[in-house]
Amino acid sequence: MIETVNLTKKFGDLIAVDGITLRVEDGEVFGFLGPNGAGKTTTVRMLCCLISKSSGEARVAGYDVGNEADSLKIRKLIGLVPDNVGLYEDLTAYDNLDFYGKLYDCTEAQRKENIQRFLTMLGLWDKRDVGVATFSKGMKQKLAIARALIHDPQVVFMDEPTANLDPESSKTVRDFILELKKEKKTIFFNTHNLDEAQRVCDRIAIINTKLMAVGRPTDLEKTVQGRRTVIQVGQATDAILASLRKLPLRNLVVDGNVLTIDVTDPEMENPAIVQVLVQAGARVQSVTVAGSTLEDAYLKLVREEK
Amino acid sequence: MRISKSWIIALKDFKVFRRKKYIIYSIVVIPLMVSILFPVVIEYAVIKSGGVPAAELATLLPAFTFFYIILAGVIPTTIASYSLVGEKVEKSLEPLLATPTTDGEILFGKGIAAFIPAMGAILAGGTILMILMDRVTYGALGYDFFPNWNAAIVLFLTVPLAVILSVEWNVIVSSRVSDIRVAQQVGLLLVLPFGGIYVGGELDIVALSSASTLLTIAGIIAVIDLILLYVAKATFRREEILTRWK
Repeated sequence: MIETVNLTKKFGDLIAVDGITLRVEDGEVFGFLGPNGAGKTTTVRMLCCLISKSSGEARVAGYDVGNEADSLKIRKLIGLVPDNVGLYEDLTAYDNLDFYGKLYDCTEAQRKENIQRFLTMLGLWDKRDVGVATFSKGMKQKLAIARALIHDPQVVFMDEPTANLDPESSKTVRDFILELKKEKKTIFFNTHNLDEAQRVCDRIAIINTKLMAVGRPTDLEKTVQGRRTVIQVGQATDAILASLRKLPLRNLVVDGNVLTIDVTDPEMENPAIVQVLVQAGARVQSVTVAGSTLEDAYLKLVREEK
Repeated sequence: MRISKSWIIALKDFKVFRRKKYIIYSIVVIPLMVSILFPVVIEYAVIKSGGVPAAELATLLPAFTFFYIILAGVIPTTIASYSLVGEKVEKSLEPLLATPTTDGEILFGKGIAAFIPAMGAILAGGTILMILMDRVTYGALGYDFFPNWNAAIVLFLTVPLAVILSVEWNVIVSSRVSDIRVAQQVGLLLVLPFGGIYVGGELDIVALSSASTLLTIAGIIAVIDLILLYVAKATFRREEILTRWK
């Protein structure tokens, strides 16, 4: 559905997006994860044909980004939730959506149906005739999402849709994205919220101007090297530690009865470690793997880049 | 270019304008005030005081219609500055630009949104002025001074061209400022040359009662319109708007 090859954007000497190559499948929720200034918004703007690319290739739904004739076709197929909601504060919620429905050539019947459908799904139907200026931040964000969907687009680009929202509103938005996923919409989801990306996205790309990694959240977690197994034993005796040191461990730190061991692949190494501990008479109380979250993968990649 | 898309944008702007008091004020109150004030001034300061002979009165009157060219600089400024800078302030340009509309369609829609109310207000004001002025001056002149060809040139040729000029000027100004009041203040600078011509007319330096003078002024404005259209179109490109507009 979305494909880029060496997609690059320069603003003068500044390289905002540097040679990104990725592919987003039809019906996929694709997270685009990166720190501020990483080029997430610029990438979305290029894919939405809002700004030109400096070099490289990009296609959305088979149409060529950068081709003037294809730009209008792409914009007709996509919906955008920008980082700023950009609603008309003097108009009602209904009028905001109706205006966009008209611009997307929706018939009056389609507009009525979709406005009712999305405002109801997002809990705003009762507020349809209320001026947007009186809406809370969360309500505005929901309305901006409804606006992006008014013409039933195949692809929805969301630029940090839960930024600055309270937890309840964030959850509503996330749940709504999961509903859209059931409808097989392709969602390109910009965020720097790792937890959110993990909950919502099928695959995640980590970007910091350049593309650092792409994969399923679980696969990205596994890319982290230098993970640690933390084992709590009843009593860390010298005999137990001596038998443990016979293993080819990279590093062992003992803090009272807590043993921290650097591991490369915990799933492969931990059973052997536990077996040695048990054979040496240790009472293993808990085994946890630290440094194995998406957050670690993200931070590691971003810091390495710096 | 699809005019229907531009019209949708203009209709949305009309809906927004209805809720903006200062836009209503500029569309209704200013032209009405001017249209009533001038006949009142002529009635009390000129005719009732018996200070100006009929022949001189006839040379004084054309400048009053020319005053509507000044309004053609004022009224679209209020509307266009809100329409463009207002969208900037509300950050509503990005979602609008993401729709399947071209830059030209959006720009034309914004132009219509400023042109129609401004022209409507000026033509209505001009009609009121001519009716009232005729009532006031009929006794002194012995005939209805308005309507006449010069007034027609001003209201149906020069004023529309001046309104277009004002809209284009405001598009350019709006790309450089992010405050509606600043946009209006800078936008109103356009009034200065028109004001100069008006004063020149009142002082008999510019022959505003001459059709050829009025047509020359219209021609100059038309040329400036074409130049500013080129600049406005270059300014109103989505990449410019999203990356360079302040």
